[in-house]
Amino acid sequence: MKNQPLDRFEVRLSGLGGQGILTLGKVMGGGLALGHGYFVTQTQSYGPEARGGASRSDLVVSSNVISYPKAESVDLLIALSQEACNMYYRNLKSGGLLLIETDLVKQPPVNQFIGLPFTKLAKDKLGLPQAMNTIVLGAATYLLPFAQQRTMRKNLEEVLPPKILDINIKAFNMGFREAKKNFGDPEELWKANSVIVSDEEADYDSI
Amino acid sequence: MARPRKKRNKEIFALGNEAVVEGALLAGCTFYGGYPITPSSEIMEIMAQRLPLIPNGSFIQMEDEIAGLGSVIGASLAGRKAMTATSGPGFSLMQEHLGYGCITETPLVIVNVMRGGPSTGLPTSPAQGDVQQARWGTHGDHSIIVLSASNVQECLDNTIEAFNLAEKYRTPVILLIDEITAHTREKIIIPNPDEYEVFNRIVPTMPPEWYKPYEETVRGVPPMPAIGSGYRFHVTGLTHDTNGFPTSRPDEVRELNERLFRKIDQFLHDVQLVDEVDTEDAEIVVIAYGTVARSAELAVKQARDLGVKAGLLKLSTLFPYPRKATERIMAKANTLVVPEMNMGQISREVKRVNNGQVSVRTINKVDGQIITPAEILKVLTRV
Repeated sequence: MKNQPLDRFEVRLSGLGGQGILTLGKVMGGGLALGHGYFVTQTQSYGPEARGGASRSDLVVSSNVISYPKAESVDLLIALSQEACNMYYRNLKSGGLLLIETDLVKQPPVNQFIGLPFTKLAKDKLGLPQAMNTIVLGAATYLLPFAQQRTMRKNLEEVLPPKILDINIKAFNMGFREAKKNFGDPEELWKANSVIVSDEEADYDSI
Repeated sequence: MARPRKKRNKEIFALGNEAVVEGALLAGCTFYGGYPITPSSEIMEIMAQRLPLIPNGSFIQMEDEIAGLGSVIGASLAGRKAMTATSGPGFSLMQEHLGYGCITETPLVIVNVMRGGPSTGLPTSPAQGDVQQARWGTHGDHSIIVLSASNVQECLDNTIEAFNLAEKYRTPVILLIDEITAHTREKIIIPNPDEYEVFNRIVPTMPPEWYKPYEETVRGVPPMPAIGSGYRFHVTGLTHDTNGFPTSRPDEVRELNERLFRKIDQFLHDVQLVDEVDTEDAEIVVIAYGTVARSAELAVKQARDLGVKAGLLKLSTLFPYPRKATERIMAKANTLVVPEMNMGQISREVKRVNNGQVSVRTINKVDGQIITPAEILKVLTRV
């Protein structure tokens, strides 16, 4: 395994039911677990939810066996709706990164955030609003310091049915490209938020 | 927990419920009968996809859980390895047939994905409220094997184990998992055929006219032919003699009932599966099972970092309760902590074994939420 050591890196994907949050969690988790070889637990909100309600998917990524499977203090919060952003912002750990859908989250709770108009990108450039979650996957892959574009794309090719593969690969590449264009160097970004996981940081400040 | 990584093993990123199916198919399950219920439905859905694709595989959705377990008993008597999966309300319906499975000594596996109760309760929330029901839910004094699983890999491993124990001891085996484990995705390793053991029931080898269906054997487990294989036997829920026909003669009744207990009790070392983490020098030991064991594992690690000599005894077998393992822990520790998502069902067993020797603390939570590491750590550091 050529991956870098990690101790409980937590990602929370949140938004509205129908945005493809759960699929995104499944694909991203699969990519990190099988492609990159990390230990990953993926949990999700589970209840009588329908399109338009709140939806959430949590990933814990680690180089070691993961004991507690749920996210406690989130390193990367992806909020694709205002409601989700309001609800889960408090779980973001200090120094964590907030990625939002700039058209849907009109009032970000802080000034320090990064965002892209994912839905608009999907509609205008791909003509397929449903591909929005794959654009987010591309952007997240760019942001995660331990994720590799090629590995993630390969996993995408393995899990998606051929019918929708091409458009999703396009969406993935676009997400990655847009993130690169707009966010700058991810290492600088994480450093600015001082959240790169080091041994000193592996204390349990959530408790 | 952690298995050595080998390149040639197939790895998948799967739900706990999916892992149960993988484990069942590896163990040789060819029949599933049941009725879907949240949060166990994925087991049935995937079984419906997979079973028709394998030789002799049969899947049937019955009209309710009562009939579901009934079909499983029938399939097992016909020589199949059979299972069903359900959750609280369905498990209550199955109790009648569970007893029938016990007295007819029919190997079968029931997976109960525990959700909040009583009654319909909290359909989508985790709980561990069915522990004593799994042990004592069906009427009459009986012996039974109850396993649990705390992570997705264990869902696979312990499902194989459940089938093996069921076949080995001719008994229903219940696998209790909870909603969180059932709906957590993790990377799991599908073992190669040479990496796990599959036990098949012992079939009679004597000429059919000599065969006595419930005859005493050294292990207490009589050989079991499949219906239609040439051996005649009578199946009844009434207390029966060695020929399988109803009896009320006290000597025959006693013989049957005592054998039903003895066949499991004399092999406790084979049945009672536990994992120990940091228990060698532990003064305070958490006894946990299911998802709560994962919270406990993190809490123990955090407590160790704070200088508390903590350890974890993780129960994979809940019943027969692992008395020996608990006593071994009690010889060194002075406090046991039992966190559970119920009002104290395994802690009853712990206290019964403990009999006042060391201090037993319980952490009980019944709000449909998992017990967090922080809640366990608070108790570990305060004692």
